[in-house]
Amino acid sequence: MLETKDILETINMIDNENLDVRTITMGISLLDCIDEDIDKASTKVYDKVCRYAQDLVKTGEDIEKEYGIPIINKRISVTPIGMVAAPCQSKNVVKFAKALDKAAHTLGVNFIGGYSALVQKGFSSGDYALIESIPEALATTDLVCSSVNIGSTKAGLNMDAVRMMGKAVKEAAVLTADRDCIGAAKLVVFCNAPEDNPFMAGAFHGVGEADCVINVGVSGPGVVRAVLAKEGKGKTTDEIADMIKKTAFKITRMGQLVAKEASKRLCVPFGIVDLSLAPTPAVGDSVAYILEEMGLESCGCHGTTAALALLNDAVKKGGVMASSHVGGLSGAFIPVSEDAGMINAATNGYLDITKLECMTAVCSVGLDMIVVPGETTPETISAIIADEAAIGMVNSKTTAVRLIPAIGKKAGEELNFGGLLGKGPVMPLRKGDASEFINRGGRLPAPLQALKN
Amino acid sequence: MKAIITVIGKDSVGILAKVSTACAEVDVNIVEVTQSVLQDMFAMVMLVEIDKSTLGLEALREKLDKVGEESNTKVHVMHEDIFNSMHKI
Repeated sequence: MLETKDILETINMIDNENLDVRTITMGISLLDCIDEDIDKASTKVYDKVCRYAQDLVKTGEDIEKEYGIPIINKRISVTPIGMVAAPCQSKNVVKFAKALDKAAHTLGVNFIGGYSALVQKGFSSGDYALIESIPEALATTDLVCSSVNIGSTKAGLNMDAVRMMGKAVKEAAVLTADRDCIGAAKLVVFCNAPEDNPFMAGAFHGVGEADCVINVGVSGPGVVRAVLAKEGKGKTTDEIADMIKKTAFKITRMGQLVAKEASKRLCVPFGIVDLSLAPTPAVGDSVAYILEEMGLESCGCHGTTAALALLNDAVKKGGVMASSHVGGLSGAFIPVSEDAGMINAATNGYLDITKLECMTAVCSVGLDMIVVPGETTPETISAIIADEAAIGMVNSKTTAVRLIPAIGKKAGEELNFGGLLGKGPVMPLRKGDASEFINRGGRLPAPLQALKN
Repeated sequence: MKAIITVIGKDSVGILAKVSTACAEVDVNIVEVTQSVLQDMFAMVMLVEIDKSTLGLEALREKLDKVGEESNTKVHVMHEDIFNSMHKI
């Protein structure tokens, strides 16, 4: 029989340490919904999403009840709409966002991602219109998430897209200024975007994926922190790394179980398990607290980048053996507003944008959920995107930017989204203007490491 | 299908009897029981077979939750597979 201590450990993880399956995300290809008539195409999109995902929420709830594991979100990701919209030649791409939103409401899912464009090397016919429509799409829908991939190690950075995205982020915040600028919180700008990521706001269903697939995102920063708190005192760094690996293994095994079960019940192939330490504002469910548990006075002080590198790597190593397919973003997220420890560190002056940028070189994603002053110019936002994308491009890793310009607010004030998105202090940015650099446009050439063949 | 029932709380007279009576009422077969005192808390773990039970896992959980409330303990009923996948390679 199983050992009592193992059983109690699992129960304690779920009851007290916020272990959960963060999301079951169904990826659905919309390539067969393409039509020259935008109304017909959006009807096809609505019908296909509703047909494929009709049992998603119920299946998630059934598994949750049967196994006693909390499954927080049920989500859908779709083929980047920029591709689906390509033959429509329409300025009114928002119709697709509305169709997706309607489908999400009908099905009862938490979010639907894929109002996206992949423009790392250049724009194809639907991409311009899509990017221009993003602010309106996010302002007029509730559950649609948007992402744009503006660079990759292979292709370099599309600086025209970088310039456009600075405007899109600002505009998305302006149009939703009465709702805590929530539009910008649903928009991610990627470099090296993964095509099987189950986490929002950056989830989309890549073109190389099957028609329909189940991806599962598991989380558990609280569990890792608790292990370090209980057993980490006086241990060396490599012993700590080992503890994290073992914990990540256990968490991922649970994700694998849920993914297999969901895939079997929905008759949809299993894609990947994404083991990401995704914090929530709940006390204890914080990545910053893990770093502090390792011996930092506060997240953000010198040493943070090294501690985060250790964490990110150990999580991946533990996860990779636990599942037949690990993918997505797998690693440690550092979204500021969603992490109680990060919020504290930012409020108390330990954590600023410069340190966060350093940390993104070793975490699994990038500058995430950072509230910036409302007066920040689109060019400055573009410059932040370019910096972050350059880190991803050169280091062959995914980086992303999700900034929320707090319209009407200055550094030191606060923006409160509530729920999983949390709250964040408005963070001051660096001085100086990069508009001449950003307005050059064109392409930033791919680095030498792109030439691996 | 097997499930694991755990009872955690302050030790008191008759916990084992209450939980096993509740199981017997709905034809849940107890395969194995262990109990120990961990961190000043009483912890009992039961491996049970619920294939022939008149209640599904969810309903059994609700029934045992009530038993737990009455005896001031926390009762969990979970699918055996979770523990197997997390703790066995």
